[in-house]
Amino acid sequence: MSYFIARRLAGFLLTLWAVSVVVFAVMNVLPGDPALTILGIDSTEEARAALRARLGLDQPVILRYLDWVAGALRGDFGESYSFGVPVSGLIAERLPLTFSLALSGMVVTVLLALVLGITAAARHGRPGDWGIMLLSQMGIAIPAFWLSMLLVLLFAVKLRWLPPGGFPGWGDPVAALRSLVLPTAALALVQSAVLARVTRSAALEVMRLDFVRTARATGFGSRHVLWRHVLPNALVPIVTIVGLQFAGLVTGTIVIENVFYLPGLGRLLFQSIANRDLITVQALVMLFAALVVTANFLVDIAYVVIDPRLREARG
Amino acid sequence: MAFTRISGTGLAGAFALAIAFGATAASAETSVSIGFQQEPTTLDPTSDATAAIDGIITHNVLESLTVANESGEVLPALAESWTISDDGLTYRFNLRQGVTYHDGTAFDAEDVKFSFDRAMADDSENPTKGIFDPVESVTVIDSHTVEMVLKNPDAFFLFNIARGDASIVAPESVDQLKTAPIGTGAYRFDSWTRGDRLTLAKNPDYRDAADVAMDKVVIRFISDPAAASAALLSGELDAFPGFPAPEMLPQFEADPRFTVTMGSTEGEVILAMNNAKPPFDNVEVRRAVSHAIDRAAIIDGAMYGRATPIGSFYPPHGPAYVDLLDTYPHDPDTARAMFEEAGVAGSTMTIRVPPFPYAMRSGEIIQAQLTAAGIDAKVENVEWGFWLDEIYKKQNYDMTIIAHTSPNDMGNFARGKSYFYGFEDPDFTDLWNRISTEADPDTRNDLLRQGQEYLTENAIHGFLFQLPRLGVYDARLRGYWTASPVLYEPRASMSWAE
Repeated sequence: MSYFIARRLAGFLLTLWAVSVVVFAVMNVLPGDPALTILGIDSTEEARAALRARLGLDQPVILRYLDWVAGALRGDFGESYSFGVPVSGLIAERLPLTFSLALSGMVVTVLLALVLGITAAARHGRPGDWGIMLLSQMGIAIPAFWLSMLLVLLFAVKLRWLPPGGFPGWGDPVAALRSLVLPTAALALVQSAVLARVTRSAALEVMRLDFVRTARATGFGSRHVLWRHVLPNALVPIVTIVGLQFAGLVTGTIVIENVFYLPGLGRLLFQSIANRDLITVQALVMLFAALVVTANFLVDIAYVVIDPRLREARG
Repeated sequence: MAFTRISGTGLAGAFALAIAFGATAASAETSVSIGFQQEPTTLDPTSDATAAIDGIITHNVLESLTVANESGEVLPALAESWTISDDGLTYRFNLRQGVTYHDGTAFDAEDVKFSFDRAMADDSENPTKGIFDPVESVTVIDSHTVEMVLKNPDAFFLFNIARGDASIVAPESVDQLKTAPIGTGAYRFDSWTRGDRLTLAKNPDYRDAADVAMDKVVIRFISDPAAASAALLSGELDAFPGFPAPEMLPQFEADPRFTVTMGSTEGEVILAMNNAKPPFDNVEVRRAVSHAIDRAAIIDGAMYGRATPIGSFYPPHGPAYVDLLDTYPHDPDTARAMFEEAGVAGSTMTIRVPPFPYAMRSGEIIQAQLTAAGIDAKVENVEWGFWLDEIYKKQNYDMTIIAHTSPNDMGNFARGKSYFYGFEDPDFTDLWNRISTEADPDTRNDLLRQGQEYLTENAIHGFLFQLPRLGVYDARLRGYWTASPVLYEPRASMSWAE
């Protein structure tokens, strides 16, 4: 087990390093001059040169990269070119929102998908099953941004129950929760559609096995058999998809944050790329990469917990 | 079991209801919530060209010596009055007495000298450092008098120093300009949640504080047009001065709760042609392009009819405007014949289009119009950073579509071959020098008319339309600007109708 973790950790660091090189290289070959973007088309070359010198952009690329790595290792991610404040502060400001959104999106996705998937499996071939499958087919077909707009039109514009967007901060928890309801719904409804289908087919697969029949024969109720016997044995494919969806959820928040004008990391990334704010983009992409790699790592751990047979194999 | 499940659902339901009806924000009658599509990166107009910084900070938090009104006239701001010597070279500014910054320190002539010297310094990062080029020296005469000597007369000097780039700041607080600016304006900076909102609070010590109706101005940043529209309809926003989507305006026009405005801006939208590069170095090819363009169709298709056509590079609401719209009537057959004559019929021309809705939509329509005139036209959508680098800086393009939003910017055509137009004519440069140094308004307007005629005669670019400023406002709101002659807009005049 410790060998497994050490190998994973090495892979984690290697991935981050590779990501940092790729991002730095891509942002440098991408046409665009941060000084021109900041100072605009009426600026003089003299003023742009002064700004480039202050930002250190007149240094060779390799030197700038090494500088950045040295800083990052000390936990200093530098100062944003365009915002003029430390990158770590920018990220810290926005992380709580994106984290809350991704977490609530994930929780609602999983709960909704499990309930719908297992219910469909239990009613296999009957109207309940068709209904749920039809809904999930729609969920897969509808893009998240369009669903978001429909939700806003109904709940914010027509009924005025919820705000159409924005985030007031956690200082006012009720207002903060209210503003997360629609974004979470938009995120989860679409994501859970796929997961519900996977849950249904995984459950159906397991329901055919002998031990389920045995459990039923022992006299357990069908609800008990479904949740206590079928679900745990169907979890491996479900967890795999949840792991894959996590990456989708992180990128999904970028779209959702734009539609609901939420001050999260996704919008920061969007803005920073447009501003050629290399140093902020770099830190954000590293963070996203770290999140996805960590999620995959947790999925691997989860396999071992769910399925004792894998413990042997992974040693 | 059944009981707990039911109460669980009941709790969840009650919770959901609490969330749904918990807090309905009552819009107070002394605050206004304004939507902006663009969010500033920093709050310092003297080191960043982002237009939203001027829109929020300039002449609200920070002030300059002069200020322009909605018609573009120059009025006193921190300078109460001024005198100009007969040769137009010496400006003496009498500063307002008793003005204090938001941190309580006093405003005096030293602050003016400090601000100008800072903008003119060798290591200055001022985004329009060029407006300070004519300034030879800034001298403090006494605590409330400043004298500026220019190298050459500059007709636009008083207008230019009203800009945010020439904001007056104090040496004590200059370091916090980017994050929490301290100025002398009617509003002080209150708070900024990046990505969400920025709040300005009324400055009780402002000279005309009694006339400032709004205690609080909240700026909300919403880039998506559909989200902006929902925010207005739900009452979350009271105003959206630069509404980005003309196609969404009919629903607001039909709704008595809103007022929809269309005002003028200084933004001329042009189909720029790379004059340094064949075939656009040939005036006949440029004239053919002008014949191929149908402005009415572009305005209908790209702006949903909400824009004024232009025949040259000067705003239709300006005092020196000449109507040159009929110089190159839309005629695909004439254009085709001229392209054939010049030997470019059937050749490929690429329009590299920056990511602005007016440009992207115009691009597709112009592509079709050029195709109808026998040109193999292509459209390439590029991102803003790419546009700045490849087109603006490296002049690597055939044609592009761009709005020039600065006032008095006919001087662009006198910027030489290294400017992205790739155009240079000593005669025009000479004409512009006369325009920019002419003190008499009538003579200057005559020269400006000649300038427009020259640019149209030589078809330097395709001149399309004046960018409109579309706004959606709560019908009870008063005191906002419909037109946008400058990047800033003072909010002190805003109020709610009784």
